[in-house]
Amino acid sequence: MRTQEPNVRIHNFDEVALGYTEEQAVAEAERCLNCKKKPCSSGCPVGVDIPGFIELIKERDFLGAAKKVKESNNLPAICGRVCPQEAQCEKYCALGKKGESVAIGRLERFVADRERECGVETPPLPEPQGKKVAVVGSGPAGLTVAADLAKLGYGVTMFEALHDPGGVLIYGIPQFRLPKEIVKGEIDYIKGLGVDLKVDSLIGRIQSVDELLADGYNAVFIGTGAGLPNFMNIPGENLNGVYSANEFLTRTNLMKAYQFPEYDTPIKVGKLAAVIGGGNVAMDSARCALRLGAEEVYIIYRRSEKEMPARAEEIEHAVEEGVKLNLLCAPTRIIGEDGWVKALECIKFELGEADESGRRRPVPIEGSEFIMEMDTVVMAIGNSPNPLISQTTPDLETGWRGILVADPETGLTTKPGVYAGGDIVTGAATVISAMGAGKRAAAAIDRYLKGDDS
Amino acid sequence: MYRIIERKDLSSTIKLMRIAAPEIAKKAQAGQFVILRIHDHGERIPMTIADFDRAQGTITIVFQVVGKSTEELATLKEGESILNFLGPLGQPSEIKKYGKAVCIGGGVGVAPIYPIARALHEAGNQVISIIGARNEKMLFYEEEMNSVSDHFHIVTDDGSRGNQGLVTDILCDLLESGEQIDLVFAIGPVPMMRAVAELTRGHGIKTFVSLNPIMVDGTGMCGGCRVSVGETSKFACVDGPDFDAHQVDFDQLLERQKMYCQEEQDSKEHWHQCKCRG
Repeated sequence: MRTQEPNVRIHNFDEVALGYTEEQAVAEAERCLNCKKKPCSSGCPVGVDIPGFIELIKERDFLGAAKKVKESNNLPAICGRVCPQEAQCEKYCALGKKGESVAIGRLERFVADRERECGVETPPLPEPQGKKVAVVGSGPAGLTVAADLAKLGYGVTMFEALHDPGGVLIYGIPQFRLPKEIVKGEIDYIKGLGVDLKVDSLIGRIQSVDELLADGYNAVFIGTGAGLPNFMNIPGENLNGVYSANEFLTRTNLMKAYQFPEYDTPIKVGKLAAVIGGGNVAMDSARCALRLGAEEVYIIYRRSEKEMPARAEEIEHAVEEGVKLNLLCAPTRIIGEDGWVKALECIKFELGEADESGRRRPVPIEGSEFIMEMDTVVMAIGNSPNPLISQTTPDLETGWRGILVADPETGLTTKPGVYAGGDIVTGAATVISAMGAGKRAAAAIDRYLKGDDS
Repeated sequence: MYRIIERKDLSSTIKLMRIAAPEIAKKAQAGQFVILRIHDHGERIPMTIADFDRAQGTITIVFQVVGKSTEELATLKEGESILNFLGPLGQPSEIKKYGKAVCIGGGVGVAPIYPIARALHEAGNQVISIIGARNEKMLFYEEEMNSVSDHFHIVTDDGSRGNQGLVTDILCDLLESGEQIDLVFAIGPVPMMRAVAELTRGHGIKTFVSLNPIMVDGTGMCGGCRVSVGETSKFACVDGPDFDAHQVDFDQLLERQKMYCQEEQDSKEHWHQCKCRG
């Protein structure tokens, strides 16, 4: 696939990967063996008929292919770009056993982009069911539930606290990986299904879950994600120049601080920036910092590259762009001067035995502390669920770090009629796993509202 | 879109706006705030709820023109709208019967102290209010504050109205006269809130302040508004904005408020240039 050159792209926020041409897409589709058992589809959390849509690409029926994908996936232009396909559909591709898997993600992206260019059609909708569902949160989980229930004829209202819908798709994942026009296009499709979207509506403050149920909603889905940033609780963390990745990315992406002063929200990045963490959020933050003008950007991660949770492709892109990986070390304190970050003290680690997650446990090396000069520090060490809903809904049971207790198959919480899915149930995970949870919850809500669930 | 129902100049730089937001008005309580955004290139700015009218479905905000966004907001007229208005946010103030409560408002902080003084009064407390401003022209809400207070004091820096001096001078007198005070609530510039905290600390009087750090989302997802309270870091937007004044690290708050000084200047200049060209 064509990409923007690294030395060019670090000066803009335009999309890095440029997508397939028609000829490239057809050629790639020709590689698919159209296996009877469709192992790829079983690796897809929302069960897209992968060989089915690829066959249509071979026939050059690109819009037909897009329709086929949309039978199971409401947000294909997004999934084609941000799914970790190597761990899902492409992992099970028969060709992958001996050579390279079919590039399913890139093909999905190609057909979705073609459809958007041609104008997206709203599928025929059934007669209204007369029942209403409230969806709290408009991230990947909520969008999926809303779309699936709207397609079944339910009246769906989606409540979003921020001023734009999309959750992490809009505030978290940067423009150069997922252009916001594309997110907007996908959300317009869902609104076109008749979903009523209310922004500026923080459930838990403006209305509680109980009030929604009393207000005539027959069921509630909670997809509020894991948006509460974790900090390390080390000295100096409240110095100026220290950001949570959520704040750094929200300013950059949602508020478009990279276009300051055309947009009003400022952001401050010095010459030397450190991002603490090894996940996709850390890679996104580091690559944004470069584009915002930092001369040197360091990823600081306490294990080795092999254990980094970020996708290999994201690490590769970051390194191509000049991000430096400082592995096997972690900050112990942040040193300030006049209230601003001046330096970072880190300690070195070595890898010990494997822990319960199967990754080798990092062990600090005593006396190995060292100091790095730094102007900006971004903490990307994970997020926890926002507690507002659980605090204001007493009969919702919560577990570890405030995640909601819910049946993994149906999403049903401990409160009748209230379902949940995505990061609020699993802790921070992936876009597509949230969509899978949304899909199962929508099916369960449909059964519940039809009285099939006892 | 949220319509501006009423707009009033309380002073040359302090403006009042009553905004149609029935759902927020239904839920708002003393001490809470809203986040607003004027238009789609705008930033999100927090404003304390100065008043709410559940019957009319309106929220009143009072703001001082200090930079680009507040200056731009002040150009809007009755009948015009702002794009986004999110609330009510934050924990409501802890209103109960304490006994004798002193409510102190400095500068534009008089606006947010008003609903708190009113709620404390309604909860059966004896309320002593002290409001202060640089000069007579910067004073507002005199009648409102007077109507919910058992004793009412006005202070100006230059003595153009009420006592000459600082709000803390009156508090100092009260403390020295040996009055039994059960609660102090102070809202205003950080140095003022810090001075109040220092005064009451020695007397062991429970003191609340409402903090005003930089905010982005206002819902707990970014931590931009974090403040050190006691040994821990708190997010003012969800854990506050009210905190025990004796636990707050005011110096850190002052530093953090200055984080974007340069950019705030740049933004204002950029806007003035655009206006001239436009």
